[in-house]
Amino acid sequence: MFYRAHVLVEMTSGSIALGAAQLKEQLEREIARLGLQDEVKVLETGSFGAAIPSPFIAVYPDNIVYAPVSVQHVRKIVEEHLLKGRVVKELLFIGERGRDVTAFIPLSPMAKEKRVVLRNCGLIDPLNIEEYIARDGYMALAKVLTEMTPEEVIEVVKRSGLQGRGGAGFPTGLKWEFTRRAEGEEKYIVCNADEGEPGTFKDRLILEGDPHSVLEAMAIAGYAVGAREGYIYVRAEYPQSIRHLEVAIVQARERGLLGERILGTSFSFDVKIRRGAGAYVCGEETALLESIEGKRGEPRVKPPYPPQRGLWGKPTVINNVETLANIPPIILNGPEWFRGIGTPTCPGTKVFTLTGNVNTLGLVEVPMGITLRELVFEIGGGIRGGHGLKLVQTGGPSGGTMTPDLLDVPMAFDTLPRYNSALGSGALTVIDDTHCIVDVVRNFAEFFLHESCGKCTPCRVGNRRIVDILERIAKGLGTLEDLEKLSYLGHYMKATAFCGLGQAAPNPLLRCLEFFRDEFEAHVREKRCPQGICAMKPQAQPKKTLRV
Amino acid sequence: MSLVYQDVEAVIAKYREEKTPLLCILEEVQEKWGYLPRDVLGYIAQRLEIPSSTVYGVATFYAFLETKPVGKYVIRVCRSAPCHVRGAMNVLETLKKELGIREGETTRDGKFTLEVTSCLGVCGVAPAMMINDVTYGNLTEDRIREVLAFYRD
Repeated sequence: MFYRAHVLVEMTSGSIALGAAQLKEQLEREIARLGLQDEVKVLETGSFGAAIPSPFIAVYPDNIVYAPVSVQHVRKIVEEHLLKGRVVKELLFIGERGRDVTAFIPLSPMAKEKRVVLRNCGLIDPLNIEEYIARDGYMALAKVLTEMTPEEVIEVVKRSGLQGRGGAGFPTGLKWEFTRRAEGEEKYIVCNADEGEPGTFKDRLILEGDPHSVLEAMAIAGYAVGAREGYIYVRAEYPQSIRHLEVAIVQARERGLLGERILGTSFSFDVKIRRGAGAYVCGEETALLESIEGKRGEPRVKPPYPPQRGLWGKPTVINNVETLANIPPIILNGPEWFRGIGTPTCPGTKVFTLTGNVNTLGLVEVPMGITLRELVFEIGGGIRGGHGLKLVQTGGPSGGTMTPDLLDVPMAFDTLPRYNSALGSGALTVIDDTHCIVDVVRNFAEFFLHESCGKCTPCRVGNRRIVDILERIAKGLGTLEDLEKLSYLGHYMKATAFCGLGQAAPNPLLRCLEFFRDEFEAHVREKRCPQGICAMKPQAQPKKTLRV
Repeated sequence: MSLVYQDVEAVIAKYREEKTPLLCILEEVQEKWGYLPRDVLGYIAQRLEIPSSTVYGVATFYAFLETKPVGKYVIRVCRSAPCHVRGAMNVLETLKKELGIREGETTRDGKFTLEVTSCLGVCGVAPAMMINDVTYGNLTEDRIREVLAFYRD
């Protein structure tokens, strides 16, 4: 059927949290009320990121964006725009350059943005494979299967310099090569979509907005390493991602893009979804494998690494969602194109999620090497309420703590470790100077206490002790000796915890103890909380907030 | 065989082809019954021929698996840093006041269970909470009351 207009409604967990589902229902009701249902089609789309506030409605072919829209705006948009063809000026989204966002195909991203992995998010209907195909979807898979050997595919990925976007930054091509060379008939591709690092939601928006890009990349990976089966492990908190993936898998199978003899070649590959059940530690790759194997998600000893012994003991590639979404464009445009983006030692883009006390929240994809100053003050629009910046936690609690003196460091996997920080998953939690450092660090510590899997003593007991001491300090009962104990515990955990998560847990604590020494000392020496957040009264009830 | 076990049997049958179906089975049984009673865990262990200690270990490891009865609606309030610095404590306080329960408890009418959780991944609309599998964001006192009213009816 031919429709004279398509109305796209942003349908992501974030926009649904603001009422997008009701918005869509109301749109359909109003359209039906005016008898326009055969002329105007309502579709769902993904997020367009921080560039457009949620929830938005885009009208094609008019290229009009209304944002943010709520249920009470719907009648006007339908009656004025869809029925009479008059744009509702007062609801139009005004872009960052201060003009109406009207004439743009595709939607104009922000000035500093460079879209590779988000190329389709907010533009296509993720529930319709044809829209993905129309934007060169599955072309990379076709090229790989018909024109390239597995070795050539691995060579291209290696030459592109793509590094794992889950946080560790390991070269993706090498991972694939190790797995290809590992002995064994049975091999697996696993996509890590257990995005649990607080402040991170890039993988969710990729899966919700462009699920096929991940499926296509998994099939390419399968061809490259010689695997026939893939698993996507999605966290239970992401029902919308699971729903979109389920639809995408069915559609890809129907068109012979997954399953037996893909595109008529001898290559067969299929993907299954595994749902997590609310355990942060399962984002650690070996814990994730344990969970797929139906066990408690406790990390394994490494080595052997998954490329040697992974899922059910077989050679396994584990890649993050964002890493995989980079693969099809790299295959189509070539490794040199990819190396032309970002920095020489860390090519490509990175999706950052701006959270916390910043004016513009949301995700943004920019070339590697951008500074924190550009991210927070230009793209993020600065600190809310005109306050000062206290710190930015990058990559979630297990990542790095960036203090205001580091605002001009280029953000990349190789640069941040020089400053005792880390890029991690790309989460940016901006914290303004009205917050107390003891309270912030305690929040991070409580997170690790709650999420420790309990397998090793340094992490299980260390986090408990750290929280206890911080609670004591917040009640005005801390001593200088407590600060030494915190530092000792932190270093001890770093050196002895079993997995990367336990080793990373004390990072924010150690960095803040050093940088915000004065504030800690005010708590223990003068029994004073400079920001007035901590109770500082021994008799006050402790804020018991987490079950242990 | 009781009705519960027949249902469990159907779920087990569904995953017959899977190598290691335990977590999938537990998730699906819970979806049907709201939680995982101890005798059901024992039954699953017997049918899969794995020790019941293993099954119990898995059931108690994951935050989304419940081994005790919970309310019809499970409210999970995010307590992670991105929500914390945007007032998650107030969200929790408001919910406690409105529902008259503390975290980890269920209202007497069996309707709501209040839990605290780690990041829900919707930090763009912080502070946020999840009720069963629907997320709610940009929470204020008024918005929380509005949402609760919807579930109360």
